[in-house]
Amino acid sequence: MKYVDEYRDQELAKTIAGAIAIEADPEKSYHFMEFCGGHTHAIFRHGVQDLMPQNVHFVHGPGCPVCVLPISRLDDAVELAERHGVILCTYGDMMRVPGTKQRSLIRAKADGADVRMVYSTLDALKIARENPERQVVFFAIGFETTTPPTAVAIKTAQAEGFKNFSVFCNHVLTPAAISHILESPEVRELGIVKIDGFLGPSHVSSVIGSQPYEFFAEEFQKPVVIAGFEPLDVMQSILMLIRQVNEDRHEVENEYTRVVTEEGNLKAQALVSEVFELRKTFDWRGLGTVPYSALRIRDAYADFDAEKRFELSVKASRQVKSCECPSILRGVKKPTDCKLFGTVCTPQNPIGSCMVSSEGACAAYWTYGRFREPKLLEAAE
Amino acid sequence: MSANDPSLAVTTSSVRGAVDMTHGAGGRAMAELIRDIFQRHLANEFLAQANDAALLGTVCGRLVMATDAHVISPLFFPGGDIGALAVHGTINDVAMMGARPLWLSASFILEEGFPLAELERIVVSMAFAAREAGVPVVTGDTKVVEKGKGDGVFISATAVGVLADGTDISGSNARPGDAILVSGTMGDHGVAILSKREHLDFETEIISDSQALHDLVAAMLGSVPGIRVLRDPTRGGLSATLNEIAQQSKVGMVIREAAVPVKPEVAAACELLGLDPLNVANEGKLIAICVAQDAKTLLAEIRAHPMGRDAAIIGEVVTDQHALVRMKTRLGGMRVVDWIAGEQLPRIC
Repeated sequence: MKYVDEYRDQELAKTIAGAIAIEADPEKSYHFMEFCGGHTHAIFRHGVQDLMPQNVHFVHGPGCPVCVLPISRLDDAVELAERHGVILCTYGDMMRVPGTKQRSLIRAKADGADVRMVYSTLDALKIARENPERQVVFFAIGFETTTPPTAVAIKTAQAEGFKNFSVFCNHVLTPAAISHILESPEVRELGIVKIDGFLGPSHVSSVIGSQPYEFFAEEFQKPVVIAGFEPLDVMQSILMLIRQVNEDRHEVENEYTRVVTEEGNLKAQALVSEVFELRKTFDWRGLGTVPYSALRIRDAYADFDAEKRFELSVKASRQVKSCECPSILRGVKKPTDCKLFGTVCTPQNPIGSCMVSSEGACAAYWTYGRFREPKLLEAAE
Repeated sequence: MSANDPSLAVTTSSVRGAVDMTHGAGGRAMAELIRDIFQRHLANEFLAQANDAALLGTVCGRLVMATDAHVISPLFFPGGDIGALAVHGTINDVAMMGARPLWLSASFILEEGFPLAELERIVVSMAFAAREAGVPVVTGDTKVVEKGKGDGVFISATAVGVLADGTDISGSNARPGDAILVSGTMGDHGVAILSKREHLDFETEIISDSQALHDLVAAMLGSVPGIRVLRDPTRGGLSATLNEIAQQSKVGMVIREAAVPVKPEVAAACELLGLDPLNVANEGKLIAICVAQDAKTLLAEIRAHPMGRDAAIIGEVVTDQHALVRMKTRLGGMRVVDWIAGEQLPRIC
């Protein structure tokens, strides 16, 4: 397959792996956080770690939109579908995430709620157009990549005068999350999480550009290499990070030049700032309350804001206590450190969000990498 | 020639209108429906007996029986429709035992309001598929449900076949050292359905691989009678089927990503949709496991058959107490090939 196979080529992989082996200093250990779940997935799906020296470690970050959504917001979505009788349109992964008391959208659907899986905001608009007598809510989640399409949907709905379409907005921002991790006590003071550099987001950066990362590189003295989602992109970026660490540099470098520019997609940025504004705070699963880390719909588009159209009750949302998703999302623990991993919690019967989403670290460990954990397999059987 | 020859789509009978409740009520309307659509197109000596059950001949050998329900959406898709699929899918279940399929039965659950012309199109296609396979539909049934209680047409089919002495094929027969083969490209059917369902227009139309495999199986057994395992990777695709066999046989498997045949257009569509071709359904492909010494002979035999030109040896059976299926990736790493969690593509067959 053109433009894909080139980035999975075994010979090139061997060449880069050879360079990494030569340049990685055996006296040092390198810990790089891949922010995005897309990178975590690529690393495991293609077996990238098998080509890395022992002293290069991947620290999995929180960049999985399904994983970081707090249970309270998921409970709100279930309430919209069940109590307010709307047609709730959602991306597929969100369906299986268990909320309070393990209640998920897929269970609500089985009990009669009208929950529909969509591939894009356009599908949700189409459903609204075809069901003028029903209220249709799009359950919007995701980082900067998925925000512009939501903005387009809201603007289209306004232009066409929709009275039955609204958006339950949960869009979050990458730079705020990275800052929060770097400022956390685990990284700054306690040294529990060692981070020597970042594999920067690829799709997110195609929208926001490489510029927003300059701040971390400078302020926290951490190198950032914006990396594509293909395995050779990841390997090349690791090599670039190793070189920066070895040379004591901390710059923003862009490996994904075929897509990402310094300034990003200005048209998409303009569209987003026209429709959305910053929330003062937002709760993240794992990171807790993070200031200015999420978006809400501006007043000019309030008619399309599901939070304003429907009165959502205040709930006592609760997640399973022993689930380590929050620590895993901060890079403090690995999936294999969780007692539930692979025993109670599997992709077939997920307890936490990290096991549900295809971008979640637990799902990647279990689905692609569990052969590396013989003890765990015995415990699971 | 394919079972989905477009000329078959032309309605040839005087049947007009739509299914209504009288078509399932046992009266004249039902008798006419059976006569004008089912008996007319599926015509054979067994249906002509016109009794409540078909009287079949004497069979020498062990009997094999399989049943299969079909609820696919959409009913018509590139490369097939629910009628042909019901014939192929059910025959294949019997064929995967190494048996020769003899007879089929089919039950139709029709939704009130379903156009009779479309029903006829489905039955014509089913009749063509059955004739092409040489396996007649010897008995059937029709029921009608109220509008909103079904989705056009559901078909439940059963096949009976006979097994030659000495053939011993089972999912529990795989042994460490055995070779794993596939008869062709993976994921065609699922991607064809999804692209139709989601109105995704790709430059090249992706066609379902729906076909009956018993003739291929007979040729394979002719050349390697000791085939240990046969299975068609339908729902859940190659991943689910290999995992099923690994668990049943209590063995592990190692396959090579680069050896698994996938059409470039299917790979591209999967990439776009976030699917793994290994998890996507097939309706006209099989997995075969045999002792390593026979692998090349078997591969040559499959490739010599028109249904197996893209066949490949994809890996081997290994000892593994955890019964994991692993894959050497194209990149040179290793990963697990897992069962798919949840439902990737509902109503695929």
